[in-house]
Amino acid sequence: MFFTKFNPRIGWLGILLIVLLVSTIGCYPEHNQSTFDPHGPVASRQLDIFVWILIGGSIVFALVTAALIYAAIKYRRRDENEIPKQVHGNLRLEILWTVIPAIVVLGFSVASINTLFYAADPPDTSKEPLTMEAIGHQWWFEFRYPHPDDDSKQIVTANEVYIPIGEPVKINLESVDVIHSFWVPKLAGKVDMVPSEGNYMWFQADGPGEFFGQCAEYCGTSHSNMKFKVIAVEKTDFESWLRDQAATAVASTDPLASEGAATFKSAGCTGCHATKTVINTGSKGRVGPNLAHVGSRRHLAAGMMDNSNDDGTVNDSYLQENIRKWLQNPEKIKPGNIMSGQAAIYQDPNKSLTEKQISALVAYLTSLR
Amino acid sequence: MSTFPLVIPRPVHPTGLWNWLTTIDHKKIGILYGVTAFIMFITGGIEATLMRIQLAAPEQDIVSAAVYNQLFTMHGTTMIFLAIMPLGAAFFNFVIPLQIGARDVAFPRLNAFSYWTFLAGALMLKFSWIGGATDAGWFGYAPLTSIDQNPGTGIDFWILSLQVLGIASLAAAFNFIVTIINMRAPGMTMMRLPLFTWMTFITAILLVLAFPVITVALIELTLDRYFAFNFFNVAQGGSVVLWQHLFWVFGHPEVYILILPAMGIVSEVLPTFSRKPLFGYATVVLAGVIIAFMGWMVWSHHMFTVGLGPVANAVFTVTTMLIAVPTGIKVFNWIGTIWGGSIKLNTPMLFSLGFIAMFLIGGVSGVMHAVSASDAQQQDTYFIPAHIHYVLFGGAIMALMSGIYYWFPKFTGKMFDEKMGKLHFWLMIVGQNVTFFPMHFVGMDGMPRRIYTYVEGMGWEMWNGVATFGAFILVAGFLVFIYNMVISWKSGAKAPSDPWDGRTLEWSIPSPPPEYNFKDIPVVHSLDDWWATKYGSPRKEVPASGGSGDQEGHDIHLPQPSYWPFVVSAGIFVAGYGVVFNQLILPWAIAGIGVFIGFVGVYSWSLEPVNDPDENQGH
Repeated sequence: MFFTKFNPRIGWLGILLIVLLVSTIGCYPEHNQSTFDPHGPVASRQLDIFVWILIGGSIVFALVTAALIYAAIKYRRRDENEIPKQVHGNLRLEILWTVIPAIVVLGFSVASINTLFYAADPPDTSKEPLTMEAIGHQWWFEFRYPHPDDDSKQIVTANEVYIPIGEPVKINLESVDVIHSFWVPKLAGKVDMVPSEGNYMWFQADGPGEFFGQCAEYCGTSHSNMKFKVIAVEKTDFESWLRDQAATAVASTDPLASEGAATFKSAGCTGCHATKTVINTGSKGRVGPNLAHVGSRRHLAAGMMDNSNDDGTVNDSYLQENIRKWLQNPEKIKPGNIMSGQAAIYQDPNKSLTEKQISALVAYLTSLR
Repeated sequence: MSTFPLVIPRPVHPTGLWNWLTTIDHKKIGILYGVTAFIMFITGGIEATLMRIQLAAPEQDIVSAAVYNQLFTMHGTTMIFLAIMPLGAAFFNFVIPLQIGARDVAFPRLNAFSYWTFLAGALMLKFSWIGGATDAGWFGYAPLTSIDQNPGTGIDFWILSLQVLGIASLAAAFNFIVTIINMRAPGMTMMRLPLFTWMTFITAILLVLAFPVITVALIELTLDRYFAFNFFNVAQGGSVVLWQHLFWVFGHPEVYILILPAMGIVSEVLPTFSRKPLFGYATVVLAGVIIAFMGWMVWSHHMFTVGLGPVANAVFTVTTMLIAVPTGIKVFNWIGTIWGGSIKLNTPMLFSLGFIAMFLIGGVSGVMHAVSASDAQQQDTYFIPAHIHYVLFGGAIMALMSGIYYWFPKFTGKMFDEKMGKLHFWLMIVGQNVTFFPMHFVGMDGMPRRIYTYVEGMGWEMWNGVATFGAFILVAGFLVFIYNMVISWKSGAKAPSDPWDGRTLEWSIPSPPPEYNFKDIPVVHSLDDWWATKYGSPRKEVPASGGSGDQEGHDIHLPQPSYWPFVVSAGIFVAGYGVVFNQLILPWAIAGIGVFIGFVGVYSWSLEPVNDPDENQGH
């Protein structure tokens, strides 16, 4: 019925539908870093704003483009000698298309400012939110938690951050070198880690899950290779995880691992990597990631290598293989990294690690749970 | 005439290399600008294509991380400073004097100096590939540019070349402001100026105000790098955010420096091929002025995630949203212009119509990240390159292409091949959407920008592959364009003086225009005066005061060629090269030689004799 006679309204609707289709064809909520799959209130409200502007913008685009195409076809020159009426303008029309857009954009602005303030500070609750620190390094993330038993101490970890679900978490952002940006698309939009600016952000995970994060501010050669994970768990699981982190890792007494522990010292690894996690609050961190519990992490080298099975548990053989690959040639995995650029074992050919030493280190590091 | 030893007579070289080196004819300088800028555009395009090849599939190793970072830094810097800006300058040079009924610009030698200095800066930047170009991004955020982070000379080349390009741009901007104010033909009031001239005027004012800001920032950076100052050194109490403010206070008006000339071109093309005057001329002019003014109030929208706080972000959200209003007015008035017209859909018109649609997409995505709450998810993702390419490629480049086709008969005296022009248009409109639209998707899908590779399983594979495919469509389009331009320039059909039934003064004189442009300075009676002359009352030719009106044009007094603009620019080039290699004896000596050459050039310039017009150099 509709098709027997062309109805211009159907035509407009068709154009609108096509535009909306094109705009939504690129939504992949199932992807790791999709912004269309919010798992917390901050990301969710930021998505709402985006969707409203997307709809409004698509309508504007559809209307204007339709008018453009319509005019270009309808008023095509048919006779080389035709001279159209010389219209110089129409003040009333021009005022109309000044005032209406102004009202529309102001409306959008005001509506969005609400969300902007909401995302800026954690909601006022009777108790202080869990406050942790994230520190950007070229090219990995350091995390510090307040020690549950001792206010003057912090617990240090790297590249993997656990949070309790269902409550706001405040993250103080700092950087030791250049500007990085802290971004977990499914939990919240990014905030930059600017040296000494005292930035912070907050987010909340509504349910358990593993969320991908990545540095979003260009920070040098391996900017692409700077990732992290947020693992949201039940409050009780979080508390026991934090206690495990606070404890000093017990290395295996296996002879190869013991040899690895000795190599870890003799090869100079301890110059940059700590194996104890409790430090005085605010003290300067080490150059490299804390390795106290490296064997329990799902990823190695700031999200570059996956050690985990599908269910998130660490797979020992993946872990061993990944540590080995990293030790053999860190430059290949993370070009420009400080370890391959400055550590004697990579700079001085006489001090290069032997395969045996690497195996020992792999055994030792894997045992650090 | 003078007994002073350094006074060398004016060069007289009607043709050949020396003619091009010493010319001060605004039309030849315009062509030099255009050809140079297009070559730079190709180099920037090659850089872009390499990046797209690298990203076509996950975990590719076609270029290394270090090279990739250099590629995107150089691509951005090249396209903005060496391609789009000077392509605009090419049009200013060629078209403005013709549109306002002048015989040249106000300061012809300064004009030549602008071009040669631009070339010096362009070569300095591009030569930095030898030995490693800068990899700190075109925005050069501190502290990535510090001597600790970046000890190489790549950044010093970048700093110095931007300073040199700044000199060129400032000289050109002053020249065009003075030209447009003072050189207008009798009766050409400001509100009778063709729209392109108006937008150029606004652009030149923006340039004069914006470039000093980046100059200061770059001087601070140089002091930090060479003399251990601490402007951007946080450890010593400096601030890295200071750089961002300075850069974007320059950088946002810069966006309008790039887009206003494009809007000017479109505002010329649409009326011509619709055979209707621009709808709401005064409103469009005013909208341009408001855009330029408001362009200074929005810079922090580049910094929504820097942590300026919700109050500052809210303010800049509102100002940025409001700038959409004058931009919208322009779009609506353009549609008003073609509405009810007699539209000829040939190549320049297609590019201008394409510009409106593509620019609109860029405008809509611009509104999306003007809202800072929404921008938190978009900032520094591929969504932003998608936006900027819809604005600067779909916007500025499309309009510049429209302008090239539109004025090609006037530039060269030849007609281009219309079929190839249309093929170029369709390849470009398809190519850019295939290339840049998927970037919205991967951006919202969490892909950060400026990454040299990505791992499998993130879901970014398909659309990156599509984008790379689109880049090759664009390459094909530009090959068609280059072929068309070269063949048509060499052996195209001879162009009549007014092939499009134009409305403005440049169409009243032969194609290509004679050296003196107007035999008699025209007297302007209305907006679109040439159209009025053709279709209204007959035009009265009145010689300008002081003009001769001689039929042969012999007595027209024209500025004469000069060696010195080239020499001064060469001095700046040599000095700049010396300064880049700081801290060694030889480079500083080279810098000294450069300064000396420049000094000799300026000195001789100021003492250059004016040949007696009665001697007749044979125009």
